[in-house]
Amino acid sequence: MSHFSSKDSSLDNLLRRDPRTEWIARNRLHPLHSSVVSAGQGEVRGSSGLLRKNPHVIGFIGPNGIKRIDRANLSSAGLNSKKRTGEAKETQRPLHIVENPDAYIMVVADMIGGRLTSHDKDILGLAHQLVAEGNQNTAVVLVCFGESKETQFDLAGVDRLIHLSADEFEGFAPEVRVAALIQIETQYRPEHWLFPDSVHGGSDLASRLAAKLGERPAAQAWQVTASTTTSRGASGSQDIRRETPRILMLMEECANAIEDTRHQVLPLDLSEEFIVPSGSCLLDKGQIEVDSNAVPLAEAEFILSAGNGIHNWDQFHSAAAALGATEGASRVAVDDGFMPRSRQVGASGTWVTARVYLAVGISGAIQHMQGIGQCDKVVAINTDAGCDMVKRADLAVIADSEAILEELTKLAQQYSLSKSQEEKSDAA
Amino acid sequence: MLPNINVVSLVSVGRHPQSGRARRAEQDGRAVELGLNLAGNTLTVVHAGNAQEPVLRQYAGMGLPSLTVLAQESDCDALPALVSFLKDKHIDVVLTGVRAESGESSGMLPYLLAEQLGWPLVPRVAEILNIKEGEAEVLLALPRGQRRAVIVKLPFIASVDNAAQEARQTAFGPGLRADFKVLTLERVVDEAASQWQINIAKPRPKRLKVVKAKTAADRMKAATAKPVGGGGKIMKDETAAEKAQAIFDLLLEEKVVR
Ligand SMILES: Cc1cc2nc3c(=O)[nH]c(=O)nc-3n(C[C@H](O)[C@H](O)[C@H](O)COP(=O)(O)OP(=O)(O)OC[C@H]3O[C@@H](n4cnc5c(N)ncnc54)[C@H](O)[C@@H]3O)c2cc1C
Repeated sequence: MSHFSSKDSSLDNLLRRDPRTEWIARNRLHPLHSSVVSAGQGEVRGSSGLLRKNPHVIGFIGPNGIKRIDRANLSSAGLNSKKRTGEAKETQRPLHIVENPDAYIMVVADMIGGRLTSHDKDILGLAHQLVAEGNQNTAVVLVCFGESKETQFDLAGVDRLIHLSADEFEGFAPEVRVAALIQIETQYRPEHWLFPDSVHGGSDLASRLAAKLGERPAAQAWQVTASTTTSRGASGSQDIRRETPRILMLMEECANAIEDTRHQVLPLDLSEEFIVPSGSCLLDKGQIEVDSNAVPLAEAEFILSAGNGIHNWDQFHSAAAALGATEGASRVAVDDGFMPRSRQVGASGTWVTARVYLAVGISGAIQHMQGIGQCDKVVAINTDAGCDMVKRADLAVIADSEAILEELTKLAQQYSLSKSQEEKSDAA
Repeated sequence: MLPNINVVSLVSVGRHPQSGRARRAEQDGRAVELGLNLAGNTLTVVHAGNAQEPVLRQYAGMGLPSLTVLAQESDCDALPALVSFLKDKHIDVVLTGVRAESGESSGMLPYLLAEQLGWPLVPRVAEILNIKEGEAEVLLALPRGQRRAVIVKLPFIASVDNAAQEARQTAFGPGLRADFKVLTLERVVDEAASQWQINIAKPRPKRLKVVKAKTAADRMKAATAKPVGGGGKIMKDETAAEKAQAIFDLLLEEKVVR
């Protein structure tokens, strides 16, 4: 029943009057009166056209004989089936279809760690705003480089996808990436190029493309319509309004992400094989090791955090060194004097933004959880399977911290050993 | 210090974030510092703009014997003047900031210079390790305190990140005594920029967390429930080695262990 009503919700808004049933409903002496009223049409109109509600037919008698009125409609179809409809509703966002698009808007995503960031999603939302203002038959195309772990492109608003995953796009390869963008430009002539104005390579790529195409971009744009763009200038102290250029570097939260449509995510191809430009002047030597404990805790990418469940502190420090993780701690570990105050994670410590947070022997008190709210992946090592940290964790291991840390240290050492041997044999 | 390389640092007028007064720009100061460490007294420091600007004395006070000014009005585009200054000179390295603190602050200048001169560009440099045999090894500043080593052919342009070594203190007297070479080159008025409407920045609205719930009960739940992750995997009965392997695989997959 609930399924039926949700499907026809658009028809519900349209008031269709049936004078005969209305008349029967008004006439209590009519032989069909009771069947019409109890048919649950909901609406009974009085002679003046006013909505009449019969308070006596609302609700039902509960098991203990007391009348219950269930306005949230929770029990109408039983708990189980209700849950199922709820899930089904989530996947049933209407599909936004663009067939044979006349124009394209390209969004070049940062894809940190292979997934769309919230910044990327906001920009996809902005692209759809631009589509809504102009030609409706425009496809929003996501251009992404390298490996992708994203599974929800459709919910983020990607109509078409250009995924360039070849090896030469990996790492620091701005020249190759720009060459690919130029090829896309000549083939599709997009209406706009949207980039995140970020330190993750978005603004670098945008600037290179703009310089190559000889177009003047707007950097740090935060209010964009089809006609005008407002961007920050003079280190954020001025707003510059101008006509919307073709290339935009957008600040975070420039628009709302897509929330209620699903999109096609059809692959879009380059017509010609992409040829890697020769004679590159830049040679990537890879990321180099930095002292992970010199990285400020708030910025660290990977944190190994210790709580009251750590008993062997020397082992903990060597594990952090072997894994190349920045050390963090819960308040108890700090109060007990095992870790410095600057390492404390949580409400009264540092709010961290790590992509991976490995919590060893931390119960997950709310003050601690607040500090790790922005972490992507949480891994817990704990002896207590029922603690809050295990509930929050993406991967939880129920075991003694000492045993696991020992194994982890071994694994990390083996891994770095095999890697250095590989390098040696490569060099030889 | 490396002998026989020609380094040019480009400087602009900065803006103090609180008071808004003109100052030595943060990143440009670092570019001069990096240039001084590379080339010592042979460093050329260039500013395109007003030669009477007092802030230039702050750069000169870092120990520069002289400073070159390409004289132009404030509504002119710095690019053509800089290109014609840099062209046909034997320059190996040009250092700039990532983004100017005044004007459009788009950060395009190094890119446009690189495009017009046909040189490679390395963005957000933290350190230049060495320069030899026509190549330089530089460290780029990545987010989260990470560094990437890149080898780039000379001549190249580098924009200097805030992670580079801080600019040294400036001395007032030597700054005043420094010799200014004022050159007058092409002046091109930035036509496009004169069409813009420029206002004082409006504070951006904070995004509110809107709970999309149909009923009051749902809203109550959203407001009071503890945030829980999407029900992760729990490993209980495996051996310690297996559990550790699972964790390590996740770390490898997320590329935090390299
Ligand atoms: C005003 C206020 C502010 C606070 N601010 C903070 C803050 O900023 N940061 C913060 O962290 N805390 C803060 N706290 C403290 C917080 O409430 C908790 O007391 C604290 O986080 C608990 O730390 P813990 O999880 O390490 O210790 P416990 O709660 O003692 O948890 C230890 C965990 O380790 C497990 N364990 C034990 N032995 C082992 C073993 N051998 N192997 C594996 N697991 C084991 C246990 O099962 C348990 O889950 C604050 C408290 C207050 C009142």
